[in-house]
Amino acid sequence: MTGLMISLADAVAMIPDGARIMIGGFLGVGTPHRLIGELVRQRRRGLTIIANDTARPHFGIGRLIDEKLIKKLIVTHIGTNPETQRQMIAGDIEVELCPQGTLAERIRAAGYGLGGVLTPTGVGTLASEGKRALEIDGRTFLLEPPLKADFALIGAHRADYCGNLAYFLTARNFNPIMAMAADMVIVEPHEIVPVGVIGPDEVVTPHILVDYLIEREHHHG
Amino acid sequence: MDDKILIATRVARELHDGALVNLGIGLPTLVAKYLPAGVEVFFQSENGLIGMAPVPEAGMEDEYLTDAGGGHIGAIPGSCSFDSCLSFGLIRGGHLDVTVLGGLQVDEAGHLANWMVPGKMVPGMGGAMDLVTGAKRVIVAMTHKAKTGSKIVERCTMPLTALRRVDLVVTELAVIEPTADGLMLKEVAPGVTPAQVAAATAAKLLIPKSVPEMTLAT
Repeated sequence: MTGLMISLADAVAMIPDGARIMIGGFLGVGTPHRLIGELVRQRRRGLTIIANDTARPHFGIGRLIDEKLIKKLIVTHIGTNPETQRQMIAGDIEVELCPQGTLAERIRAAGYGLGGVLTPTGVGTLASEGKRALEIDGRTFLLEPPLKADFALIGAHRADYCGNLAYFLTARNFNPIMAMAADMVIVEPHEIVPVGVIGPDEVVTPHILVDYLIEREHHHG
Repeated sequence: MDDKILIATRVARELHDGALVNLGIGLPTLVAKYLPAGVEVFFQSENGLIGMAPVPEAGMEDEYLTDAGGGHIGAIPGSCSFDSCLSFGLIRGGHLDVTVLGGLQVDEAGHLANWMVPGKMVPGMGGAMDLVTGAKRVIVAMTHKAKTGSKIVERCTMPLTALRRVDLVVTELAVIEPTADGLMLKEVAPGVTPAQVAAATAAKLLIPKSVPEMTLAT
């Protein structure tokens, strides 16, 4: 099991302009902040970002907004970032708003090999525009298509030497499902520990899903 | 009593012991502070936790233990964390007993609009559409009036959050229950008359002969 480790710079060098990227996190909690910083440093442009939100200016995905590196957003909420709203109103960013549970299920559908999901959420609202409605046992559901990406940037608490991942409290959020739904999965863990430290029952994301682990920052010389 | 505290106190009386409850950001968050004595509920935070609690003491905040507004929280013994799919499975799948949400408008059909003001503010729906669609009971906690007029209207002019009829609306003036027949005035705030509620409401209110005053004691 070798070849998992990669430097921050080399990892982002694999991501082209215009890439479609899922980024884990919820208002910056569980977000891979170093990878975002490196996307900014290497000036990746025209990105399509799939995420829960755009955090706030100068923080988390908000940094990609600050630098105008995003072409399209598929998110559930932008209320915490006035700059995202400003760019949307100015026509600089295309924003597709998706109910949070629906976003999660669309990502899961892609990762689990499903052709979409049927959800009652959004029926009769603006979220149903352009969607097929189906009636099942007398209830109306919307057919929501799966959502895939070229890259998933994952924030994890722990990775082991194989690439098994565990998360911490509310930093889990979208990370495990995104790790299933992208062609290449790049993980920014807080700790990298020997195999066995994360017991089989504590592994949330199995190692076979992980392509690369970002090297840690070294604080001890 | 401050309007928001009054609303939170009255909503808190709707929560039963052992319930799984989701509180929206803003006014609804206050409800947790006014639970009646002896009632223990489990608070879900839709970013992935059951067992949300206040931070026990300043300095004990953890950057990976946050609510759906990104604020620091604590967690009670027995808390559990999970991913966004499971969190919304709980919400959509009929496992969430009560959601308390803020509102921009509620109309005679009991429809709620609470996620965007066209042309002005487009924050996005976040989890609101799933919560209103899926929770067993939906309580709207909001002030009765906005600067532009009553928030209780004949028909919502702002985009709907869901087609589901909400179960209860609690304002600083009244408790109103949307029913198949229309908006039923159930209670008035202390010192408020049904006529005053009707005057502050831009929708038809069904007013029974006798309307009790809200009980606020905890």
